[in-house]
Amino acid sequence: MKKYYYYLLRKLKNIIFHLALYTCATIVLLPLFLIIKYVMTKGISSINWNFFVQMPKPVGEIGGGMAHAIAGTIYMVTVAGLIAIPVGLTCGIYLAEYGQGKLARTLRFCVDLLSGVPSIIVGIFTYALIVMPFKTFSAFAGGTGLSIIMLPIIVKSTEEILKLVPDHIREAGLALGLPRWKVIYYIVFKGSLSGIVTGIVLAIARAGGETAPLLFTALSATHLSFNLTEPMASLPVQIYNYAISPFASWQEQAWAGAVVLIALVLGLNLTAKAIVHRQIFYPYLQKMILVLGLEKRKNI
Amino acid sequence: MCTKFILALALILSLPTFAAVKVTGAGSTFIYPILSKWIAEYEKKNTDSQFNYQSIGSGGGIKQFIDKTIDFGATDDFMKDDEIAKVGSPVWHLPVTMGAVTVAYNVKGLSEFKLDSQVLGDIFLGKITHWDDAAIKKLNPKAVLPSTEILVVRRADGSGTTAVFTQFLSATNAEFASKIGKGKSVNWPVGIGAKGNEGVTAMVSQTENAIGYIELAYALNNKLNTAKIKNQNGEFIAPSEDAVTIAANALTEADYKGDLRVSIVNAKGKGAYPISALTWLIVTPKPGDAKYDSLKKFINWIVTDGQKMSKELHYAPLAKKFVSSVQNKIK
Amino acid sequence: MKISNREDAVSLFLMKTMAALVVAMLFALILLLFKVSLPAIKTFGFKFITSTEWNPVEDRFGALSFIFGTCLTSTLALLMAAPLSIGVALFINEVLPKRLGNLLALFVEMIASIPSIVFGLWGLFFLAPWIKTLAAPWLKLHFGFLPFFNGPSFGIGFLTASLILAVMITPTITSVCREVFKAIPPLQKEAALALGATRYETLKIAVLSPSLSGIVGAIVLGFGRAVGETMAVAMVIGNSATISASLFSPGATMASVIANEYPEASGLQISSLCFVGLLLFFITIFINGLARTIIWRGQNKWRRV
Repeated sequence: MKKYYYYLLRKLKNIIFHLALYTCATIVLLPLFLIIKYVMTKGISSINWNFFVQMPKPVGEIGGGMAHAIAGTIYMVTVAGLIAIPVGLTCGIYLAEYGQGKLARTLRFCVDLLSGVPSIIVGIFTYALIVMPFKTFSAFAGGTGLSIIMLPIIVKSTEEILKLVPDHIREAGLALGLPRWKVIYYIVFKGSLSGIVTGIVLAIARAGGETAPLLFTALSATHLSFNLTEPMASLPVQIYNYAISPFASWQEQAWAGAVVLIALVLGLNLTAKAIVHRQIFYPYLQKMILVLGLEKRKNI
Repeated sequence: MCTKFILALALILSLPTFAAVKVTGAGSTFIYPILSKWIAEYEKKNTDSQFNYQSIGSGGGIKQFIDKTIDFGATDDFMKDDEIAKVGSPVWHLPVTMGAVTVAYNVKGLSEFKLDSQVLGDIFLGKITHWDDAAIKKLNPKAVLPSTEILVVRRADGSGTTAVFTQFLSATNAEFASKIGKGKSVNWPVGIGAKGNEGVTAMVSQTENAIGYIELAYALNNKLNTAKIKNQNGEFIAPSEDAVTIAANALTEADYKGDLRVSIVNAKGKGAYPISALTWLIVTPKPGDAKYDSLKKFINWIVTDGQKMSKELHYAPLAKKFVSSVQNKIK
Repeated sequence: MKISNREDAVSLFLMKTMAALVVAMLFALILLLFKVSLPAIKTFGFKFITSTEWNPVEDRFGALSFIFGTCLTSTLALLMAAPLSIGVALFINEVLPKRLGNLLALFVEMIASIPSIVFGLWGLFFLAPWIKTLAAPWLKLHFGFLPFFNGPSFGIGFLTASLILAVMITPTITSVCREVFKAIPPLQKEAALALGATRYETLKIAVLSPSLSGIVGAIVLGFGRAVGETMAVAMVIGNSATISASLFSPGATMASVIANEYPEASGLQISSLCFVGLLLFFITIFINGLARTIIWRGQNKWRRV
């Protein structure tokens, strides 16, 4: 008899546990859907073609857009990428291929540290390093701040991807008489390109959403500019400035900007995922292209 | 092939555009609405200059000006002598507009509210904590005051608006002067800090039973109720552009020694609003420099044609004696 | 042979130079922070960490209220997020079928990709009013006797900041926990199931207990992320340098005070802010180092088996 009750108790605990897990999942997903729904409802009405091509209008006038901020974000992230990608790839390759010495261990430790540095401190550092000596807020300073944030992500993901390549492939290349750097570049690196590209896309997504490093470095601007030596607007900073303003027209713009920013960052992250799982996606992609008539069937 | 084209395009796009002279400024959130309007209107007629103004607070404007990272600053609290010394070159304070620091509140059903500096100071000291406090009731015998707590909102960033507000309270409330003092950034004992005039406005308008100090334009644009403050004459004056003009006109030649760093807070005079403020643009004269010349022309336009837009945005037009002083200075 | 050696030597030299550059940059960062905070260190010394005064008018600064703010918000966020994240990780790995599990994992990672400024805006405009009108009165009604729920609620404050931080660190803890759970040899689970354990008992015995160190490591990593978060916290915490037991009161964290006051600080205030930044930096280093040591040791335990 007792055994039966004990058995029921175990079953009960199991059911409660499962219920608890389902509840956990629901609670965790709730904020995600709340946020996306909230931003969408507030922002979608202000998104129109003008939003993407016009400059902001002064207080009291309706309309305008954030073209300068969107262009600014793309521009500064590109600058950041031009700095961070070469350095990051080189360091990642170094850590994966020659990762035993003292320098490698120090580098690994430093990259771990950098990944934990709060973004505000990166902003202060870039301010002291670039803005103050050159006496001007600039898009270049903004790009540098973002590159410091991108660097640890690129280094770590490159290192992890390259470490997955089995040693016998490297040995095969060396056995054929290739110099080590050719083995690394042509065989290991080019073979893991998809994983590396994923890491870069993730880093770009992270940099695109950062605000704190840009506050003290690129300041912001009211005009469209592609000048590295002048302040430049960026989407997160513009959203921040407009959202805390008490002018209703600007607040609507801020929410529209938030929708664009989320779409951008989320889109990049999902792209990264699609690259990794492309075996699953390519068949669907090919079917879609055929269905849309973009590519002729080869067997007709 | 494609990459080469993109690289070339990027290179071309990144070359400095020589079309317009670009002038960067930063500072007061107080002046932001009208300055952005001035910039938009001025640039319509003068396409050879582009002005970029960011409202990061008067304290921020002064600091960036000292660090020489911006071309001009805007502040409601003029620079002290030691700050000017840090700049190294001469610094001119050019007043361009005048406004009022209002005490805005969000209490249902309370449309008229009188305050004097003693009660106001005590609220911001944390000594008066509820809306139906006896001292408040004494000033507003006919008002229906709720028994809820007062939610104080003040500035988290370094602000000229704070400087003007604390200057007024320090001049007239002894305890406030000794405990808190005046300045752009003070050690507030109570209240939540919001960023910029914008942040305080948003906070007060969204939070019931809140009280905060914001510039007149922000209060009117967001339809917030403002309190009538007792001035040196004993009258309770509501903030308005005309009341600010009266305060500025009350300034005599004796107070204003030619150095444009004057304060019109707590002015004597019938109908003067006691928490009035001038806003200055701070520039370093660099004759011959393209940016400085553009700035000179812009400032000249501001103190003459620009003043016509003041009333529409709820700023007081600059008093005539200041207009002539500014024009003489930047001739 | 000689040519290969030369080419390899050149490429190795280039790589080592880049590596040295990155290391040098980190050192430059620490040194710069140190240099700017030197006046504050000289003036206040150790008292900086024990004083709660933050008076820009009279140039007296102390970081205790910010350290308190950081610790309180991060700990509270952790208390809320850790059980949920571990539960979700278990759910994804063990309970759900593979496709659904991957879908749920995708959603959790989407939380991680929402920019922190959007979190701040959502907190300020949606969560804060909700807390002010619904959550705070309810909490005060039922738990008002506790010192944590005294005082008026503006909507923003420690509670709101902690809630937002909890949402933000959930993906971090979940992903690390998933990696840790995947690394357990399936033999343990199969052995438990063979003995007739229910799923709950299997997971408890064969998954949670062995990976305890990994879970602790994940939690510490989440703590590190919460400590460094700037923008979202700066917008919802109220920016008031106070220490208070009430969760409804406004406060400030080390990161938020730097974000709010740096643009216009000068003189001793900038120095103090950089000193706060330096302290924050060291705390982050310590936490991250701790996390990695714990996880590394846990993983090594499995390699030996």
